[in-house]
Amino acid sequence: MKSQIDTKSKILDDFKKSKILEEKSDSRTKDIISSFKKDKVALTSFFVIVFLIFLSIFGRLIVPYDPDAQQRKIAHQTPSLEHWFGTDEHGRDIFSRIINGTKTSVLVGLTAVVISLFIGTLFGSLAGYYGGGIDNFIMRIMDIILSIPSTLLAICLMAAFGRGLDKAIIAMGIVSMPDYAMIVRGSILSEKENDYVEAAKIVGASDFFVIFRSILPNIISSLIVRATLGISSAILGVAGLGFLGLGVQPPTAEWGDMLGRSKSFMLTFPHEVFSPGVAIFVTVLAFNLFGDGLRDAFDPKSKNR
Amino acid sequence: MLNYVFKRLVLVVPVLLGVSLVVFVIMRVFSPDPSLGENGAGKYATEEQRQAWKKEHGLDGPIYVQFLSFVKGAIAGDLGESYKTKVPVAEEISARFPATIEVTIASMIIASFFGILIGIISSVKSGTLIDKAAITFSTLGTSMPVFWIAILAIVFFSGKLHILPSGDIIEQCLVINNVTGFYSIDTILAGDFEGFFDFLKHLILPSFTLSLHSMAIIARVTRSSMLDTLNQDYIRTARAKGLSERKVVLNHALRNALIPVITVIGLQLGTLFGGAVLTETVFSWPGIGRYTVESVLNSDFPVVQAVVLLVATIFVLTNLVMDLVYSMLDPRIKFTQKEII
Repeated sequence: MKSQIDTKSKILDDFKKSKILEEKSDSRTKDIISSFKKDKVALTSFFVIVFLIFLSIFGRLIVPYDPDAQQRKIAHQTPSLEHWFGTDEHGRDIFSRIINGTKTSVLVGLTAVVISLFIGTLFGSLAGYYGGGIDNFIMRIMDIILSIPSTLLAICLMAAFGRGLDKAIIAMGIVSMPDYAMIVRGSILSEKENDYVEAAKIVGASDFFVIFRSILPNIISSLIVRATLGISSAILGVAGLGFLGLGVQPPTAEWGDMLGRSKSFMLTFPHEVFSPGVAIFVTVLAFNLFGDGLRDAFDPKSKNR
Repeated sequence: MLNYVFKRLVLVVPVLLGVSLVVFVIMRVFSPDPSLGENGAGKYATEEQRQAWKKEHGLDGPIYVQFLSFVKGAIAGDLGESYKTKVPVAEEISARFPATIEVTIASMIIASFFGILIGIISSVKSGTLIDKAAITFSTLGTSMPVFWIAILAIVFFSGKLHILPSGDIIEQCLVINNVTGFYSIDTILAGDFEGFFDFLKHLILPSFTLSLHSMAIIARVTRSSMLDTLNQDYIRTARAKGLSERKVVLNHALRNALIPVITVIGLQLGTLFGGAVLTETVFSWPGIGRYTVESVLNSDFPVVQAVVLLVATIFVLTNLVMDLVYSMLDPRIKFTQKEII
């Protein structure tokens, strides 16, 4: 009996360490990277994202002015050599605020996606793997979340939680969770029937191992693509909440909030509404194009779609 | 078919019950106590005053009793009373909902028409400059924040060119005889064409800005679906028969290619309603979106609750209708009991 268990665990160990699988995935990664490198648009967007991340980490050090310092005397100035993007209603330098706002937006996008990816994957795998009652229960909850337009649900959650960036992030995370749950559930349902899953089960792998080590690595590419595109929707969503006055607490610089405040002066000082919008647009566009590029690299068939 | 419609309608009920439960829990369990707010008994109210206020607004019983009475009320069309104005929520909403429907439907028409058109043209001219321009448009369109486009449109068309109004639904000096609540219908009923054209003029900017995002998505889906269809054998057969390219594209390919597009259009309704919240705020459009934001800022929970329930109902029903349209377009899709469950 003992020897039987020993053999079983040995097979399981071998299975876990399987070199062939790793080598195969290595060459696939190379393929993906080389096809991504050829895609100029995606590559450019990748560098834009790297630049944005750089700005969000070191932005505070390179801004020409203190982004929160108010100088009423120089309020509403048009762009000049001193103030590249002009100044806002409190005389704050818009360029410095835009740079400083990068951190907020990038952080928001990434964290919101991590939250929804984590919860969504968990629910999706439970639903897909166990099926039956659990599946039904989880999917009905997702149906309910999906039947409330996401902006409306996010606003609703913000009404309950109160204003604040952390709350906006959680709200966006909850709102987009069903997307990931659906993807993971669907993939697990189809992967579940494969021989390798059966093999893992026969050698006595736990459900946790089967889901997270055997099945999920196979669908990771579609999750990564979805998550990258999800970052841009999260950034747009939080900017929208900020625009409505439900986002950050003043004086923190956030692009949506900056747009919302300068809205009142849009006809007299149009330069104030221009730059925050461009910042949101460029960031969202970069993540969208990067996501598209990743999808094409992972799945060459999807090109030209 | 009727059987199917009926069964689907029955399935809508638990979803809506779930929606009301979710919204109810968000509003009543997780939200701060409304009796302490500006529209409640006030910050400095005594405990007794607060309890009295809660009793008056039906917030005193256990939470499940509150929920049951909310559901009962909602079925009977009674959605409670606004904390702020003390007017029944149903009245507040019906005064504003038509304006939102007008702008949403207008955007949906614009988005579908131009989206499908762009999609067809770029699929037929696949690989050319026109196609590339269309792809660029759809990428840019999905990345631009709708509230920013709205502001830019106002700055350009009203601030610089002075050709379109910057906000509101109609010039304030015009008086409209309110019959249906829909400005378009009311002005026509009254034979007031000056009012009607003024309304249209006010509608252009909000509906176009709101439609842009959905237009981009519809264009993208139409293009890829058309490309798939145009490669099918039966299209080659149609061409071989000597049919004109126009007939092949419009009669043979488009009909099948539209099926996924219809689903996307249905799903866009949710995006449009969400976008309406933002666009209405920018254009001071007197619709339900702006009202919801105001209610959220005022912690007027009965209003928020009712709006979400209403919008979700419309969204779920629209998707049901879209599914039915789907079946009419593609006779291969048959409704069996198995599919529903």
